Amino acid sequence: MSVLIDENTRLAVAGITGREGSFHTLNNQRYGTNVVGGVTPGKGGQDVEGIPVFNSWAEAAESVQPNTAMIFVPPRFAADSILEAATAGVELVIAITEGIPAHDELRVYNTLERERAGGHCTRLIGPNCPGILSPGKANVGIIPASFFKEGNVGVVSRSGTLTYQIGNEIAQAGFGCSSIVGIGGDPVPGSSFVDVIELFENDEQTELIVLSGEIGGSAEEEAAEYIAAHVRKPVVAYIAGFTAPAGKQMGHAGAIVSGSAGTAAAKAQALEAKGVRVGRTPTEVAEIAVTQLR
Amino acid sequence: MDLLEYQGKQLFARHGLRVSSGHAVTTVEDAVSAAEEIGYPVVVKAQVLIGGRGKAGGVKLAAGESELREHATNILGMDIHGHTVRTLWIEHASDIASEYYASVLLDRSAKKPLVMFSVEGGVDIEEVAEKTPEKLIRHHVDPLAGLSRAEAVKIATDGKADADVIDGVADALVALYEVWLEEDATLAEINPLIVTPEREVKALDSKVSLDGNALFRHPENQGLSDSENEDPIERRAKEEGVQYVKLDGDIGILGNGAGLVMSTLDVVAQAGGRPANFLDAGGGSNAEKIKQAVDLLLANDAVKAVLFNIFGGITRCDEVATGLIAAFEDIKPSVPFVVRLDGTNDVEGRRLLQEAALPNVHAAKTMNEAAEMVVALAAGGQG
Repeated sequence: MSVLIDENTRLAVAGITGREGSFHTLNNQRYGTNVVGGVTPGKGGQDVEGIPVFNSWAEAAESVQPNTAMIFVPPRFAADSILEAATAGVELVIAITEGIPAHDELRVYNTLERERAGGHCTRLIGPNCPGILSPGKANVGIIPASFFKEGNVGVVSRSGTLTYQIGNEIAQAGFGCSSIVGIGGDPVPGSSFVDVIELFENDEQTELIVLSGEIGGSAEEEAAEYIAAHVRKPVVAYIAGFTAPAGKQMGHAGAIVSGSAGTAAAKAQALEAKGVRVGRTPTEVAEIAVTQLR
Repeated sequence: MDLLEYQGKQLFARHGLRVSSGHAVTTVEDAVSAAEEIGYPVVVKAQVLIGGRGKAGGVKLAAGESELREHATNILGMDIHGHTVRTLWIEHASDIASEYYASVLLDRSAKKPLVMFSVEGGVDIEEVAEKTPEKLIRHHVDPLAGLSRAEAVKIATDGKADADVIDGVADALVALYEVWLEEDATLAEINPLIVTPEREVKALDSKVSLDGNALFRHPENQGLSDSENEDPIERRAKEEGVQYVKLDGDIGILGNGAGLVMSTLDVVAQAGGRPANFLDAGGGSNAEKIKQAVDLLLANDAVKAVLFNIFGGITRCDEVATGLIAAFEDIKPSVPFVVRLDGTNDVEGRRLLQEAALPNVHAAKTMNEAAEMVVALAAGGQG
């Protein structure tokens, strides 16, 4: 088992004909992900190395039945592409695109919520995320798969490179991962820590969960509450941004500290208060995880 | 992207919110002609992106020309918590019967717009929220429906606005929501929202943050922001499309990915060092970008040593090494560098660096080791 993507994944990619889109799609395919199609308006009928391209998500859904969508289109088109994939019935949408306006993300999130209330179920991961890797099964996104191997650690993170750093240290200690899920660093992510932790808690392969958070927002504090009430598996956390000055934005739109709430110290404290061990460095996180697994 | 008060007020006016007429000026003479046009008494307001300007003496009332000259002369060039005043907003002084508070912001936790209103305006709103939370009305809006006038009337009524200005406050809330929505703002705040003796509802101040990611929809807003008061290196970084934040230490930091760079700052601080900056070279950095980044790092004279922390995903370590070697040929840095390369093509990257044998460049195996080395080098001068 793993979460969200595996050998049953049928992936289609919006923006497959772009430079980045085609590069990473083919990379995912080489890893073993079943890529069934791509979507680029106006380029229907073409193919990318044998992968058929469709004009719309509706056409792709009808012809090749994808159950997972990856979004690689430029920011101004991303929100509509996500919603179009959802309308076409794709269950999981993974949005890699960086720089989507916050208001668009808000519209997407609330539209998906409304449809969920009506019984229609599409899960969004991202945007502005590195994607998901289930080692040995499937890779959707830009996570460099060679640093990870299959195992029993579930990783959920707001940051890409930091995830690679932690995952690599766990791998060097001889352990692998069930799935690595990047939820992205934007203000309105489609899925939260809580959503993904719930999946890991219910996943047989996962025995330990690593949460990698950062300053800004309150997603880590909400995760702490959820873990205390619902999670029996051990959770180890890392928070980046202890030295970030207040009021300064550091790269991720989500990583802005204003006032006292949302600081790294407040987040670490909230997690520790609920019994989650917090490593002070990525190395220490891996060490704690490894000790708990042995 | 934070706007100055007058820039925010101009957006307010565009959406039908009442503001006093005024002019933004940069000289005493222009302040005088602005006041003559508007009519005395006027308020002289320093335009800086920092709170507490009233207490710092940056907001003054002038009844006539001599007073105006005195205040404008004093305030222009004044330093308010590290921000130099270069622009004054001159507006006609308003008579005030009551001071309210209103804002619309993106509530990340609820993932909805949040409208807030209070009759306790003109003071620090966080204090009102803490001490008398019942006096701060919080109302979440369905972003797919928008804020209806009926909702706005209810907010004003629940907040106990004076009965004769419920309509005026509701109008202001609807207009403020429109500013937030149509200008792609993440925050639109009025404190104070005043009621005049004539029972007019007006925005006396503004605090607006726009979403930089949405500027492609608003070409007219692209020139806003307080670029003159930005740190010169930060401004250059922005022009070059590099994520750079200046800090007050002496260790230059470069990494790829915001999370990893933040983590690197922390690890350096834990090793006893003080980072001089945050610099995210971004995913897929090529040699040219790395060279540009080294230039930016060294533009800060306080930097005594530099740490390169790269974990290559899309970024290829051999490209980073090539960029660093090219940068050394051009710039010839006088401070020591510690370089840690891991990830995609790391073996090739390390080999390139070793062969180039750059002066004063030290290779580190891990992030922690790299942090300890750079802290020691910064403390020991030339290393």
